[in-house]
This record gives sequence, C-alpha cells and structure tokens, in this order.
Amino acid sequence: MSYFSPTSADEAYALVGETGARIIAGCTDFFPALRAGEHHDPIIDLTRIKEFRGITETASGWRIGALTTWTEIVRSDLPPAFRSLQQAGREIGSIQIQNRGTIGGNICNASPAADGVPPLLTLNARVEISSQSGRRELPLQAFIKGVRSVDLNPGEIVSAIHVPQCADDLKSTFHKLGSRTHMVISIAMVAAAIALRDGRIAEARVAVGSCSPVARRLPDFEVRLSGMTPEQVATLEIVANPDLSPLSPITDVRGSASYRLDVVSELCRRAVLAACEGN
Amino acid sequence: MDSVPLSSNVRFRLNGQDVETTVGAGERLSETLRERLGARDVKVGCNAGDCGACSVLLNDETVCACLVMTQQAEGQQVETVSGLVHDDPVAKGLAESFQDHGAAQCGICTPGMIVSATALLRRNDTPDEDAVMNALGGVLCRCTGYRKIIDAVMKAPSHLAHGGNAGAAIRRLDGRDKVAGVEKFGDDVAPPGTLEIRVIRAPYPRTAFRFGDLDAWLSRNDGMEAVLTAADVPGRNCFGVIPEFADQPVFAEEAARFRGEAVAAVVGTPEAIRAFDPGTFPVEWTELESALTVTEARAEAAPLLHEGRDGNLMCRGFVSCGDAQGALRIADITVEGAFRSGFVEHAYIEPESGYAELVDGRVEIHACTQAPVMDLEAMEIILGVDRSQIRIVPTGVGGGFGSKLDISVQPYLALGALKTGKPVRIAYSRTESMQSSTKRHPSELKVKIGATGDGRISGMEFSGAFNTGAYASWGPTVANRVPVHASGPYRTADYRAEAHAVHTNCPPAGAFRGFGVPQSAIAQETLFDELAERLGIDPLEFRVMNALEDGVPTVCGQVFEQGVGIKACLEALRADWRMERESAEAFNAAQTGSLRRGVGIAAGWYGCGNTSLPNPSTIRAGVRADGTVVLHQGAMDIGQGANTVITQIFATVLGIDARRIERLGPDTDITPDAGKTSASRQTFVSGNAARLCGEALRATILRHVNAAQTAELEFGNGRVRISGDGEVHEIALRELVRDEFGYVFCAEETYNPPTRPLDENGQGHPYAQFGYAAQMAVVEVDEALGTVKPVRFAAAHDVGKAINPMLIEGQVHGGIAQGMGMALMEEYLPGRTENLHDYLIPTVGDVPPITTYILEIADAHGPYGAKGLGEHVLVPTAPSILNAITHATGVRMRSVPVTPSKLREAIKGKNNDG
Repeated sequence: MSYFSPTSADEAYALVGETGARIIAGCTDFFPALRAGEHHDPIIDLTRIKEFRGITETASGWRIGALTTWTEIVRSDLPPAFRSLQQAGREIGSIQIQNRGTIGGNICNASPAADGVPPLLTLNARVEISSQSGRRELPLQAFIKGVRSVDLNPGEIVSAIHVPQCADDLKSTFHKLGSRTHMVISIAMVAAAIALRDGRIAEARVAVGSCSPVARRLPDFEVRLSGMTPEQVATLEIVANPDLSPLSPITDVRGSASYRLDVVSELCRRAVLAACEGN
Repeated sequence: MDSVPLSSNVRFRLNGQDVETTVGAGERLSETLRERLGARDVKVGCNAGDCGACSVLLNDETVCACLVMTQQAEGQQVETVSGLVHDDPVAKGLAESFQDHGAAQCGICTPGMIVSATALLRRNDTPDEDAVMNALGGVLCRCTGYRKIIDAVMKAPSHLAHGGNAGAAIRRLDGRDKVAGVEKFGDDVAPPGTLEIRVIRAPYPRTAFRFGDLDAWLSRNDGMEAVLTAADVPGRNCFGVIPEFADQPVFAEEAARFRGEAVAAVVGTPEAIRAFDPGTFPVEWTELESALTVTEARAEAAPLLHEGRDGNLMCRGFVSCGDAQGALRIADITVEGAFRSGFVEHAYIEPESGYAELVDGRVEIHACTQAPVMDLEAMEIILGVDRSQIRIVPTGVGGGFGSKLDISVQPYLALGALKTGKPVRIAYSRTESMQSSTKRHPSELKVKIGATGDGRISGMEFSGAFNTGAYASWGPTVANRVPVHASGPYRTADYRAEAHAVHTNCPPAGAFRGFGVPQSAIAQETLFDELAERLGIDPLEFRVMNALEDGVPTVCGQVFEQGVGIKACLEALRADWRMERESAEAFNAAQTGSLRRGVGIAAGWYGCGNTSLPNPSTIRAGVRADGTVVLHQGAMDIGQGANTVITQIFATVLGIDARRIERLGPDTDITPDAGKTSASRQTFVSGNAARLCGEALRATILRHVNAAQTAELEFGNGRVRISGDGEVHEIALRELVRDEFGYVFCAEETYNPPTRPLDENGQGHPYAQFGYAAQMAVVEVDEALGTVKPVRFAAAHDVGKAINPMLIEGQVHGGIAQGMGMALMEEYLPGRTENLHDYLIPTVGDVPPITTYILEIADAHGPYGAKGLGEHVLVPTAPSILNAITHATGVRMRSVPVTPSKLREAIKGKNNDG
C-alpha cells in the first residue's frame, strides 16, 4: 500500500495508470464517502503539482488549473462573466471546504448538486484531460456523463478547465436554493450569464443544477430570452416545456420533483434579471 | 519523486513546534493530531466536513482536519486552538471574549469556532456580522444559538457582574478549559493505543440474524482481541431508564427491532479497527416485515415488538377535568385540526464516546452522560454485580439535550474491559450516533378547542399518538407529560387529553428538551391563533385573557397560590408585538415582489422535575484543613451551566464568592447523587439542595463559635474568620478533627420537590413549580420559493429568579435555535438522513437577533425563587414561527418541519383556491 505525492505532471501520469490508483486532491469528497474499513491503494495526491494549479489568461481565454481551490477562485480578479462561478465558490460548503476543495474535484465527483457546474456550463467550459499519451479536451457537458460518472479513462487526469474568451459585457450571477444558509446541498441552483445591449438581451446562457442527473443548459429558454428587455423577463411566464425541458428533477429529502420545477422557473427569472443588472 | 510508502514519517510545524510522526497511508490529519501528537483539543464530530469541530489552521487558512490527509501537511504549518489560545494575541482575546459572553456552553464546538474566528480576525479585525457569519458558517453549534458567539467575535460589550452571588451574570466557572481546548470530553480520556470497540449494527428496521463461527473469525483477524455478544452479558441483557418499562437489550438476541440496533461488537487494536470492514463480520441477516409508523404498528397484522404490549401500545397518559365535550358543544366557535411532526435528532456535536478500565477489580467507566447514577444503576443490572464494583466518572459532555440520559456506550465499554482485561475505548461515528440514539417522538395529534364569543376558552379535546420506536426509553414520560401540558398555560376548565405511545421498528424515541410538550404546543398554540382570528381578537390579547393566574386551577386541578408568571411574559412582549405587527403590515403593503413578513406569538409552560415522582438531589460540601471550601457538585453540566449556577447558589448562602469554591464533579465514587440533568430540574432541585447544604455548613461553622446568624465568613490559610456584631472569631482548622472525606466541617443535604400522584383522571399535583414563557417570531416568507427566514425573535421567560442572567440568555438562544430547526428544517428519516449534511440543523447564518426579557415572578419552592428553564425555551418557538408564517401568507401549516417544498405547495394551494 502506498501514498504518492508527485511534484510534476509527468510523474503523475506514470503513477495513475496503476490498477486501483485513487487520485485525490482537496479530499472534501474523498473522506466523506469513505466507508468503514475502506482502503485505497495506491493513493496519488496531485496537490503538489504546480502545473495543475492557478488561473491564467491564455490566447483563447482562461485556463483554470484543476487544483485551483474555490478560495483561490473567489479571491481572483476575473471578468464579469466569471462572477457566477465566484458566487458559487462562496456557497460551496463552508470556508473550510472552499479552502481545500478544487474545481477539478468538483467536476470529477460528478454530483448532480455540484455548485461549480452550472456556472462553468454558462462559461462554455471545456475540460482538459492529460495522460502519458497526450492531451484531449472536451466540453464539460460531455465530460460529465451522469451521476458520479465522467469520461475519464485509466491513466488520465483532469488537468485544467478552459474557458473560451467571452464578451466583456457578459455578466453573470448564481442563485442557490437550500434549506439553510451555510453548508447546504442545493435543492436547485441557477447560473445565468447575460449580455445586455441597447436594453435588450443580446446573449443569454442559463444553466440549472440539482434538477437533473447532470446540470443542464436551457437552450430553448436562452433563445426565447434573446431580444427581450429586463421588463419583459420580469413578467415572462417560464414553462416546463420547452423552457425547462432538459430538466428531470427527482423527489428526495430536500424537495419534491414538482417543487423543483416550480421554483426553478422563479430562480431562472431572478438570475436572469440579476445578471441583466450586472449583479 | 516525492513518493511515500505506507507508514512513513511526516514532518510539519504544529503550534510553532517542529513535529515528526509516523502515519498510515490515507490517515486523516485529525486522527494524527489527536492520536499521535496529543492534540486532543481538535474535536471530531462527523468526519465528513459537516460540523467543523475539527477546524485547524493550515498555513493560516481554516480547514477541517478530518478532510486533510496527513501527508498533505508535510512541511506545512498547522495551528490548533490550544496553541492559538496560548500564543496568538488574537486567539487569546477571543478566549476572553468567549467567556465574557457565555459563547461556550458545552464547549465541543468552541475549538472550531475560535480557530475559525482567529483566521477571520487576522485578516479583518473589525468584521461586520455578515463577515462573522461567513467565517463561522462551517462550524455547527447545537447549544448557543450562535448569537453570543457572534457577539464574542465582534467584541460587543459584555454585561458581566462584579460579584459572584446568585443573581449575578458571571463567567462560567468551568469556561477557561472550554475555550483553551483543555476540557476532556468522552473521546479525550483514553491513552493513545488503547483497544477500540466497534459495534455491529442491524442494517434493516427489523431483522433476524445468525452469527457464523465467531471464534474462527477472531482467530483469523490479527489485532482483534474479542467479540462481544449477548452471551457475554453477565447480568441481565436489558436496560431502560424507567425500571418497570426496561426492555432494551445491550445486544439484540436472534432478532433486531430497529435499523442500527447493536447485535455484537468487536474489540481490537486501533490498526485492526481502522482496517475493519463491518461488512466482513460473520453474521447473516434475514430482513423481516417491519412497522415504521403508528398506523402500521397499530394495524392488526403488524408484527408485535414486545410481548405483553398488545397492539404495540406501550402506555397511555390521561388528564380530564370538567366536561370537555359539553363545553365544546355549547362553545360559540370551535376550531380543530390534525397535526404531525417527525423524529428530531439531538445532533449534539459530540458523538457518544468513552473509555473504561479495570482498577483493583472494579470497572471504571469514563463517558459522556447526563445521569451518572442512573448509568451506575443500569450497569449494576447489566453486569450483575454490586454497585460498589462500578465507578462512573462523567467526562465533559459535548451536548446532551435529553439523549445522553439513556446509556449508550457504557455497556460496551464495561464488557470490553471485562472480557479483554485491558482498557478499552469507543467513539460512535456520526451515523452510528444518529442511528442508535434516542430521538424526539414523532407525533400525530388531533385537537379541538372551543371558545365563547367574548373570547374565553370553552372546552378542549386532545388526542395524541406518539411513535415511541422500538424500545420504551422515556416514552412513558412523554405520554404522561403531554396531557398535563397540552392545555398550555391557560384557564381550561373543561378538558380531556390522552396520549398514546406506540412501538414501531424505528430508533427509540426518548427524552428531547420538552418531552413531547413542544409537539403538543404546536397544535394548541396555532389553534389559539385561529380562534383569535375567528373572534376578531388580537392573538396576544386573546392569550392574556385566558392566561392562568395565581389561584386558578390547572387542568390537573392543581392550584398555585403564587408564582404563575404567564401573563407577565405575554405582557412583556406587548410593545414589541404591536410594533412588529404594524411594521410587517406596512412592509407587506409596500411589497411588489413575493416577500411577505409575518409576526407570530406563542406561549408555553413546563413543569420542573419528574411528573408526580420523587426526584431528590443531594449536595455535599466540606471545608479542608487548609481553608479550602469544596463543593461536590453532582448536577451534570452538559453546557447549560449547572457547575456555575449550583455553585453560585451554594456560595451565596454560605456567604463567600462563588469563584473561590473548589468544585468536585459528579464522579460516583466521591460525589452524592444530584439526580439526572433532565426535566429542567437542576437549578430548582439541585439548587435547593445546594442552598440547604450551604445553610447547614454555615450553621455548623457559626455554631462552633456561637457567632451571630449575620456574621461574615472568610476562609483561607488554614483558618475561618467569622466576624459580625462587633465580634471576630477565628477557627484554626488544622486543629480540628477530619472526617471520612478529609473535611473539618462538612454538610450534606437533600431536596425533593413536593408533588402528589395523579389519579385516574390525571388530577393531582404533578409538579411543585412550573416555568412560563412567551415568544414572538418575525419571519420573512418568500412566497414564490416557499422559504422562511426568521428575522427576529423576542422571548419573555419567567425564571422566578435569574441566578445567572448571562446563562439564562444562553439557554433562551439555544432553545430558540433548536425550536427553529424543528419548525423549519429538521426531520430524521431512518436510512435517509443519518449524517449532518442530509439532516440539517441551523447554522450561524440562520439564527436572527433575539431579544430576551427575563421576568422574575418568584416561586415559593425555588432557591431564591428560581424556576427551571432548560426546556421552556423551545416550547413556544415552533408555534410562534408557524403563527408568523400564517400571518405572512394566510396558510396554516400543520406538519413540521415546514420545508420550502411543503410551504410552497400550501401557498400554491391557497392561491388556487382563491
């Protein structure tokens, strides 16, 4: 049984190919899921790999290293489109969780209630996957295949998230609904990114989490929003079909399926309006 | 490559010192700190990042030590509360401020709170409330209601008194150890390396089971030293807090009656237990048909849980006076409703834990408890030995709220120590604690209340079914208490109330702050609002009109000639009530969105002490030859403050400062029985015993020199100086004979509250005193989402005499936070909410400002007039919130918790109807 803490990506690639290797980073999902007597061998701790950490501006947009913690994201100076991601970061668990939990871990854990995912979907985020044999990239929506299921082969590591350049006037917001203030698993959440030009919505991106196995964008709704004024949004009737048709909420201890659909329309309206106002 | 094999050395800086230790692969930093580096100030409450008790600073950032792999700390800087409070000026300041505000009650969350607050204050020394809430949002507290913690971090002015006598707001006498992380809780006693116990629990609500070859299993598993089953119980495999109902086995035999019930336990080295997967234990389960609700359990074909309890009916409580049916018939209006509530989990942050060893052939059990002598009595039966062979040494208690009245870990510890002959320890995981500990009883209530046109109550009928789970625990107490209290503190001449406790295949429901009264208050207090509305009378004035008064009989026919304080409580809220109602109506009139404000009021009462049963407390005190005054303080302090309050009462009577008294705790070898910490009885009953003991000790000393009654006493340097009436005496203590306890003066006194049995109609004198309460809640409802945000509470409590006003406020705040949880978010569902992220309790961001009005309507029986308070504080909270929701939205919620999902559905229903 062994614990490895590689300091470079190349060392990590060599290690993760081993059978049964368990990759860890912030451990905020790893430890809570650990059953009594459960052991992993080997454990590959990525947290010392500098290449996988930090936020940088690139020629095509932004690169967020997979090991970047929520606290680092919250404290970074980023364009307004990232505001929803930063707001989500502030609502993930608690300060304790934000200080350790990483953006890469959040998407690899593939929880339907991952707060980071809806904002990343509105940013058209792409997942950078690295291994000994090279690098591939795919859209976040394609990377998360289902509940606790991601498109990651043995030997591969999520090394970064790429966010393509977006308009400077794309402003975003994140609304989370839970039964208490802190440390709460979302009943539903909405991220909206809106560019308002000449008083009308020129670009709209809306994503909903906790209402389907994987958080989803709402393409029909986004099309409907296009060209609307905020006043029109305020009185807009958001309907289950087609606006919310990608969603398939379940009933659980946090709320019923019908409740989720019901409040999501209200949360969508509020998030879009708040994004229109730039906050 | 920085590759580290299984057991490797890790080096980091801990509280400014370089440390190096060997750790196992994948070990949690919390475990390394506690078990390898002696940092027991790091508390473990959940091992899942849900409670924040284990918060430490890692390179200046707050982290949960349970979510950090120790190897990740290599070369880093780790700081824990004990180091911070010792070395860091910011943390030192917090330690003082926490004590000045009463911000630590049980103290189990305090390390996490102080660590988190230190990280905040290092960056921002004048944080606003939002910043504090954000910084502390990751640490759960179940005692304080958080407001005192916010005050402490923001350095709000404190209101401490100078003297230490009864009536003075002084710091907790045991507070220093709590803020420094020094207090030892249940899991902090065992030396590292002690053998550990892991319990094997039933995976189904009802299941038959058969063990495989246990001896073979044991011999195959290195490091495992023993397996314990029912066959290892030398005495009776049975316990229960009420002897005539005792029915719970230490280990189930052949079949288990609830999910999480113990069937066996293994004892092994820490390494063996860490590697142990309970799924590999040789036991075969056969799930059986179960009954989980009262309806299912009462059905004809339902499995019978206990022989002799036909229809799964455990017991019934009944109170009747006047002619309820007749009064309801002639009432001008009647209202009625069916109400339900679910299991509520105590959710103390300290899971059940302890340590045991054999000393000179006796079993010594160190564990968290609310009732050491009851533990002793239970263990005497289980072990089949005389009680002289057992010693119960209570540890610090990280919250109890009723559930730690029942034994939990004690038998496993004793049996483990006896079978292995070695010291053993156990700490429940959070899930084990939630699965196996007692809960608040789910209730199904049917209530009908009538009133005359001019607003007088005219008849009330109450029928309640309580799901008491698989075993009796305190179910009989709930069944008895509820009918006595269900009228609320009102003049109700014609009344009929019955309560049934029904067995199901659920965890045992037992004692939880209020013993069923919070459930019944929800029904009665919300129906009162409906009556008031139908009558067009202001809800507060309606309650004032009907409030009990001196000389008016209760529903049990008990007449108090003095001390009935409910009217005063309601009147104390009148100004706030009018202001808030007006302001809410103005707020709603101005609203264009979906927010609605509402203001609700509710009242409550609670009888202090056991219902019509003896419940004596004994307190002993002595003076040592060196002049030290020693108080044997046997009233378990579970955070509420008995260590301070009982000492204040004793000191006041004796005539010295409470802070000069040395306290000895409720160790059963050295301290007499002060009864259980339950039923809001310690300030009243043990307080009286302390008063009598102080009087006796003082009288003995005065008699020694024939000094005047008013003389002043000074102890110290081997002398007592007695001065008064112009005379001064000195007693040289070293010249006096020492008694068996080593004291030169000693006193021991007992108090038992005067009660009378209830007859078949529940008529009698169930309690020597009641305490009274009224609370007002202001809430904001988002009608579009169904969310409820309390924005303010005002609470008026008649405590007879506030022995320590700061601790009173602490009780009120904590009770309101628990009442809020019950009203809005908490429901324990076996198998579904067995952790602290699916079972939600309020966080620091959820509890709004609370205004506390302390009223002192002295009670003739109470020490200095004091009444109990611990349970009264949450009785009115949930109904006040429900009434506020109705005021805001017009919908009447009759099932708690009122989750956003449920409230939104009700609001939509109302809109569709309208």
